[in-house]
Amino acid sequence: MDTFLQQLVNGLTAGSVYAVVALGYTMVYGIIQLINFAHGEVVMIGAMVAFTIINLLVPAGLPPLVIVLIGTGCAVPICMLVGYGMERLAYRPLRHAPRLAPLITAIGVSIILQHVALMIWSRNILAFPQIIPSRTYFVAGAAITTVQIAILAICLALMAGLAILVYRTPLGTAMRATAQNPQVAGLMGIDINRVIAVTFVIGAGLGAVAGVLFGTYYGIAQYTMGSILGLKAFCAAVLGGIGNIPGAMLGGVLLGVIEALGAGYIGDLSDLCRWGVPLQACEGGGHFILFGSNYQDVFAFLVLIFVLVLRPQGLLGERVGDRS
Amino acid sequence: MKKLQIGITAIAAAIALIGCGQQGGGEVKIGHVGPLTGGIAHLGKDNENGARLAVEEANAAKIKIDGKEVKFVFVAEDDQADPKVGTTVAQKLVDAKVVGVVGHLNSGTSIPASPLYNQAGIPVISGSATNPKLTEQGFKTQFRVVGRDDQQGPAIASYLATNNKPKVVAVIDDATAYGEGIANEVEKTLKAAGVSVLPREKGTDKTTDWKAVLTKLRGRNPDAVFYGGMDATGGPLMKQGRELGIKAVFAFGDGACTDDMAKLAGAAAEGLLCSQAGLPVEAADKKFLAAYKKRFNADPILYAPFTYDAANLLIQAMQKANSTDPKKYLPALAQLDVNGVTGRIAFDAKGDRKDAEMTIFTMQGGKVVPIAVIKGGKTTAWAEFVKK
Repeated sequence: MDTFLQQLVNGLTAGSVYAVVALGYTMVYGIIQLINFAHGEVVMIGAMVAFTIINLLVPAGLPPLVIVLIGTGCAVPICMLVGYGMERLAYRPLRHAPRLAPLITAIGVSIILQHVALMIWSRNILAFPQIIPSRTYFVAGAAITTVQIAILAICLALMAGLAILVYRTPLGTAMRATAQNPQVAGLMGIDINRVIAVTFVIGAGLGAVAGVLFGTYYGIAQYTMGSILGLKAFCAAVLGGIGNIPGAMLGGVLLGVIEALGAGYIGDLSDLCRWGVPLQACEGGGHFILFGSNYQDVFAFLVLIFVLVLRPQGLLGERVGDRS
Repeated sequence: MKKLQIGITAIAAAIALIGCGQQGGGEVKIGHVGPLTGGIAHLGKDNENGARLAVEEANAAKIKIDGKEVKFVFVAEDDQADPKVGTTVAQKLVDAKVVGVVGHLNSGTSIPASPLYNQAGIPVISGSATNPKLTEQGFKTQFRVVGRDDQQGPAIASYLATNNKPKVVAVIDDATAYGEGIANEVEKTLKAAGVSVLPREKGTDKTTDWKAVLTKLRGRNPDAVFYGGMDATGGPLMKQGRELGIKAVFAFGDGACTDDMAKLAGAAAEGLLCSQAGLPVEAADKKFLAAYKKRFNADPILYAPFTYDAANLLIQAMQKANSTDPKKYLPALAQLDVNGVTGRIAFDAKGDRKDAEMTIFTMQGGKVVPIAVIKGGKTTAWAEFVKK
């Protein structure tokens, strides 16, 4: 039981980070139907900038929490600038082009950002400074660290904050209006260019925070970290229903839990000896395991395939006609 | 355009002529290959310096072979730790008619280069390539003075079994050839020692989240966890293991036997066990360490004592066979049994070093420090070993 509970805690922590990243995908998709594949790279740049700032500040002898806050405080505006930059330079000129053009551009932007990061931060795996003293608490046999609690709290706060912004402010109303119909929103006096830019900037800011959380949690950062994290978050967004903000939150958390439970139990469940298959390897309490926990990363994509086959609009998404 | 082509041809011809001019006389060329550019250039230079020192000492000693005084010429090449470049420079050395080669540094460059040397009949001794495959190709010209990865697994496993006396051990690997290979050897040795081993867990060489695996293992209460993989994944693994409250001993192979583990896992890395093929430089002969420091104004980093021995072996074999012809001195090299700065060296039928040393390390204060040396199945505490 404590093993199950522990897997759940692990899954929730990883899942809440996926959820925050997935928000960036889903907001942009909701408003201009573009899958911004470069979003994972924005998360990576957030982690890298924080890495550099924190390393610079550690010798200054400030309290660890203050250093991490300053690091995040620098990462967020830089990522926002990157987000704004790519919208302005790469996507806005293609707004009325066929849908494939901006999609391929997004992949291009992703490759460019990755290689810029490679040039700045080298190809090595960087050890993210672990300066926040982490304490482990045991709740019903499951270990949870202060960092995990902080991640859960921060992600929850970010999601709540975004929900308030989108559903309770004039800017949010403008965003939802633009998402429904940009032409009509424009006719109603909404500056849709500004709204779209703001959407990118907010998504990038969330991504920067997710990058710092990821770095702090796992203790590493690398220029390639954005691609797999981005793909998983994209799967989470599709799972929840792409374009749907509560859907991305639900999808992220669910995906994290599915992954943790999947990786935790696939080995035992795919042990042929357990199912009584008569194999030589099974004699004397042996094991013959078909799929080990190294298949962890596969679950995200399995989920993606199942969703696309069985419920293409996602869990919370509504079936909408193709607007173009 | 035509003029330019003629010009280039003329330059090429001139270079070829100069190249020819260097041959002949009492000069004997010994090659060295290692990465002199790129991420591990410092290790490449260290290897090169070791071999260079041996050649310079031989020249200073005015060695006579077949009645004539021999002047050894040291030809150092850069393979950039890149397998493709490795074969190119190997061919370059073969074309330059070197009589023996020390190198390459990496297994990944040594293996593709080895057939070229074999074809040309040139003996090559690596001082640092530990992949078993290197000497499993059946090449008579291939030697190494450092241990093999498949000797390392048994070493760390037997140290773990005798010193920590675990009842249950969990073995994890990163699904690479290196990780699986060393994990298999560890599992075999542990089982032979009567330790029960849990079903193998796997990650990949890019895994960052080990919590699912570790949570599962925590439920089975292992006394020790062995991970076959690199520090980039091993660091997070150990950190997350401690976060989950796993109190087991964590043991690693040489891929995760680095000071970086302290950065990647933070305070959690303290007390880990790990093994490396070969010996730390401090264990090398004191006279060699002093000579190296005097010549290069720096301390050897890692494998310089081994490349020093490798170059000396080539020279000693030539003396013994009384010939600098690779075909003639190769049999003498295979049968050498001498004391080098890294201890006694003799080769087995494959060209591997007999009784190669393995060193066990632990993490203390953010650095990996040696605690024991294993040689021929016998464990000696580090303090005693250095005294000898």
